[in-house]
Amino acid sequence: MSAVGLLSVRDLAVAFRTRDGVARAVDGVSFDVAEREILGIVGESGSGKSLTVLAILDLIGDPNAIVSGSIRFRGAELVGQSPDVLRRLRGGAIAMIFQDPMTALTPVHTIGAQIMEQIRIHTGLSRHGARARAVELLDAVGLPDPARAAGRYPQELSGGQRQRAVIAMALSCNPALLLADEPTTALDVTVQAQILDLIRRLRDDFGSAVILITHNLGVVAETADRVAVMYSGRIIETASTAALFADPRHPYTWGLLGSMPELGGARRARLATIPGLPPALDRRPKGCAFAPRCGFARAECAVRPPLIGEAGHRAACIIPAAERAGARDQALAA
Amino acid sequence: MAGTVLRRLAHMIAVLFGISVLVFLIFFATPGANPAARIAGKDASPQTIARVEKQFGLNRPLPVQYALMMKKLFVTRNLTSFVNLGEKVVPQVFKAAPVTLSLVSGAAVIWIGFAILIGALAAAFRGGWIDRLLMVLSLIGISMPVFWVGTMANLITQGAYHHTWLFSWVPPLGYIPFSRSPLGWFKALVIPWITLAILYIGLYARVLRAALIETMQEDFIRTARAKGLSERQVLLRHALRCSLVSVVTLFGLDFGVLVGGGALLTEVVFGLQGVGYLTYQALETLDLPMIMATVIYASVFVVVSNAAVDIVYAAFDPRMRVRR
Amino acid sequence: MSQATELRIDDIAPPAPGYWATAMRKLRRDGAAMTALTTLIVIILLCAAAPLYARDIAHTNPFESNLSGTVLRHGKMVEVLGAAHNPLRLGVEPIGPSWKLGPYMLGADGQGRDVAARMLYGGRNSLLVSFAAAVICLVLAALTGILAGFFGGWTDRAISWLLDALWAFPVFLLAISLSVVLIAHGIDIGPIRLDASSLALPITIIGVIYVPYVARPVRGLVLGLRQSEYVLAAIGIGAPSWRILWFDILPNVISSLVVFAPLIVALDMLTEAALSFLSIGVQPPAASWGTIIHNGESLIYTRPIVAIAPGLAIVITVLALNILGDGLRDALDPRAKLRN
Repeated sequence: MSAVGLLSVRDLAVAFRTRDGVARAVDGVSFDVAEREILGIVGESGSGKSLTVLAILDLIGDPNAIVSGSIRFRGAELVGQSPDVLRRLRGGAIAMIFQDPMTALTPVHTIGAQIMEQIRIHTGLSRHGARARAVELLDAVGLPDPARAAGRYPQELSGGQRQRAVIAMALSCNPALLLADEPTTALDVTVQAQILDLIRRLRDDFGSAVILITHNLGVVAETADRVAVMYSGRIIETASTAALFADPRHPYTWGLLGSMPELGGARRARLATIPGLPPALDRRPKGCAFAPRCGFARAECAVRPPLIGEAGHRAACIIPAAERAGARDQALAA
Repeated sequence: MAGTVLRRLAHMIAVLFGISVLVFLIFFATPGANPAARIAGKDASPQTIARVEKQFGLNRPLPVQYALMMKKLFVTRNLTSFVNLGEKVVPQVFKAAPVTLSLVSGAAVIWIGFAILIGALAAAFRGGWIDRLLMVLSLIGISMPVFWVGTMANLITQGAYHHTWLFSWVPPLGYIPFSRSPLGWFKALVIPWITLAILYIGLYARVLRAALIETMQEDFIRTARAKGLSERQVLLRHALRCSLVSVVTLFGLDFGVLVGGGALLTEVVFGLQGVGYLTYQALETLDLPMIMATVIYASVFVVVSNAAVDIVYAAFDPRMRVRR
Repeated sequence: MSQATELRIDDIAPPAPGYWATAMRKLRRDGAAMTALTTLIVIILLCAAAPLYARDIAHTNPFESNLSGTVLRHGKMVEVLGAAHNPLRLGVEPIGPSWKLGPYMLGADGQGRDVAARMLYGGRNSLLVSFAAAVICLVLAALTGILAGFFGGWTDRAISWLLDALWAFPVFLLAISLSVVLIAHGIDIGPIRLDASSLALPITIIGVIYVPYVARPVRGLVLGLRQSEYVLAAIGIGAPSWRILWFDILPNVISSLVVFAPLIVALDMLTEAALSFLSIGVQPPAASWGTIIHNGESLIYTRPIVAIAPGLAIVITVLALNILGDGLRDALDPRAKLRN
């Protein structure tokens, strides 16, 4: 792995107090992000990927949520840190962009004013300076006529333009880490590609590392350096993007790959689906959470499997390396 | 924008027409009694009744009667009272208007200020004891009859405690024109202002709190937090601004109604000779032309101010501009 | 958490089975609402017992003036209407409250009548007027709202125009105009005859004026339901209109009406009090809390209790109704809003 760690997450858990006890939505997640690295976190709805990222900046905002474990940013612990310290990090060294650009901007302030607001919280820039910087940023993310766009209200822009504005806002204070929560899900396909391209360029133009959350393996393939696959609140496989696509090891990852339409690939009669549904948070099996849906489950799966494998590629599955290729072909052919 | 204004004006005229017809029907066509006798007032002489019949063309078809009444109210403005013989009604309404306007504007400043303060505080401390206390107080505020509050205020400031240092500054009941003495105007109106404002403070604080709590669930609030804003900044700069829209709509409605005579009870209790007081006096003598005039003028005011608020509202909230 | 658009089927759907049971359970756990409900029941029972109180405790007829009567106080007979305490001894001063159960517990009013007994009788009328008016209002509003929302087209346009006009009409002035015209002569339309002094008059007037407040939200609700998938589906399989109205629309409307009911009763009570205070509501010799405050105004600096007591009764009752309304809204339909 990379020599310089920027963010290091260990045993992160997010639990919710409910009437029937405590439900662990994120259950022992660990990963690292190096400077300028793009990490993709993949998983379906409810896998805990958004919560993981929200926990980094303490933005879950639910009084019943309990965050435990360790999140170190540049060596400093964030879990349990004072609100003031976290507030200075938010939008400064760590910025975040959200899924739906339609609702992510305050409708009663102009784009420019919202970007300027963030700049002025974190830097000593004057109104004038902040305004110039805002226009510069809108230009950098590719908004046409940035000076005029700055004077517009969010609802006067298209979805793609808004997401660009949101990204410009996130970049305004040169964040070392950008958390992007499904930044392209709500956009048209053509716009998606442009936004992903923009995110990929950030690392060169702004020097930011990125955690990219998505349910779409295609997005990861195009954008990320490394991937973590999450299922039911746990990371079940982590590898470099190339390694994951070349040699996926967890049956769930196979399922994800099988359900992905391939452009230019052989046309299959129908897309494969993973049978069953993810377990409810409070009814997660003791062992491997995927076992009930897994075609290769065996008795040993009743014990929670650790992440095993070499340093760059680990998976939480006990299928021996020797049997893996055969099982995989069987799964992907189905 | 021009389209919005035009559509609003057309709607306004339609509503005004509706209201005037309604008032006309209430006063002239309620079944069961002779409108002439009713309009002429209690124990009117046959001559007066005959004059009423002639003036309003009561033997002619209803649409003609309606036109005659509208003419008397808006064109010639020579509708006369049959109780205080010969007194012209319309100029009196105009004379009373500044009193009502003073009362309602002052109260509006108070209620908007306090409602925003209470609503924002309650939302910020949602679920805590401050929230609960403020909401109970607001609920009590909207549960008190305004005339009773006024009577109690008089009891305290004019009666038992008038001679203590607390309330010795309160002048006797009645209105003091601003042009005569600005300070006197203020002193005479403070207690009525507060009395009238209490109900609306409660109402608006509750509405604002609910709107704020709803807004605080929005995605853009999370964005604002992710930008590094403090909770206070998030609430004031992002949530409050969006939530105020709900209050602005209410305000247009309520302000119009109050200036149009809804403040009648407050005016009566404090002896302020505004439009509502005029209606009240007319009630005591059953002076129907007077009541008719105040009601019609009041509704004109209400409808016009509603339309004005709608137009201002479109300008105030950028969301409305695009949607239309 | 990360779905782009969450489908909210529960936004518009018929109340699920057990809906009312769940709501009742929620309501029963709501301490404030239950306290309010208990308070209301106590007030209603007390007012219902007015004749008993007048006969057995106050020993007076609260509808007869008692200008020269006397009553036993601190062991001696005192005049109910004594000479005033001003230096000139001008006018009379009614006897003050004894604060003990018995004759003139809350003192006498300007005509020597027992204020406590009148309060109970007045409460009967205040409650009767506001509850009956609320029933009229809710029934009319449900009818017009459902008609307009379900049948649409010209029915809707006509009803909406009428509601809009009524809505823009300052509601209080409407009440005053109607009352003034009707109080003098009553209503006499063919078979319907309402005497000027009858309670039916204020009940009808107050009942009618708030119809737009409820009919508009009901219309909106029905309109939404009418276009909801499950009603469209019902139409699609050929269900008759009455069936859709009865099984799909009405249950939703009723749950809204239940939420509005206490709030409308509260509004009606305040309106009744205001009209009576202006002497165009409940007509003498009948009393209501509003008329008693009106009587008490002239005694405000000598016997303030005459105006304070009925005012407090109104505040407590209306407050209880509002708290109950809040509780019902939380239990049944958190999105319901009156006046929208």
